[in-house]
Amino acid sequence: MRVKVLLFGQLKDIVGLAEESLELDSGTKLSVVMAHYANKYPKFEGLSKSIACAINQEYAPGATVLREGDEVGLLPPVSGGRR
Amino acid sequence: MTRGSAEVKTLRSEHCAIVREPIDLRDIKEDLQHPEDGAAILFEGVVRNNTRGRRTLYLDYEAYESMALNEMEKLAQAALEHFKVRDVCLVHRLGRLEIGETSVVIGVGSAHRAAAFEACRWLIDSLKKTVPIWKKEYFENGAVWADGEPFPQEITRTE
Repeated sequence: MRVKVLLFGQLKDIVGLAEESLELDSGTKLSVVMAHYANKYPKFEGLSKSIACAINQEYAPGATVLREGDEVGLLPPVSGGRR
Repeated sequence: MTRGSAEVKTLRSEHCAIVREPIDLRDIKEDLQHPEDGAAILFEGVVRNNTRGRRTLYLDYEAYESMALNEMEKLAQAALEHFKVRDVCLVHRLGRLEIGETSVVIGVGSAHRAAAFEACRWLIDSLKKTVPIWKKEYFENGAVWADGEPFPQEITRTE
């Protein structure tokens, strides 16, 4: 199955892409997508404890099983608002 | 899907908006006005000229736009449920913002001021923790993504 991954903030800079499509085995959990980037990019791994994930625009825990066509968002700590 | 594309100007939900133009405070105030209210609060988040003493040139805000609007609307609904306020509104601006410009506005209309202040404070504090918006700070000798606030534990849980 294919899922679309969206990367934001510094994660986008680390991976060098804002968006990519991943081919995964059916039944793959969200945490496997995180591990994929953490294995590939040491800087990503360094941040991984502070990263939140979303599936189809809703926060989701790592144990969530992905489905064909899901949109996965990988989100570094947010910094909107004042300042 | 809406990413930071230039052609997407404004996203709106019942109580919230994400905009790329300067935020019009008068519009927000007019929308918020109601004869039953004894208190109207408009909080403005403004671009500051420094971070820990380092001179900031400008900021660039980006968002996971569709999700950010959903999360802002959830906060608006929660505030209406938990505080004795009549109406709230949340507006966030994206893109390049200069020093002194307004990046976010929280508006609250309520019969009494105590609830309005509480709701306003809760809304801006919550927005900064859960709404997927990020800012890059540009300095004279480089740019960095601002350190965000850690996500609440229930959001980053792995199980």
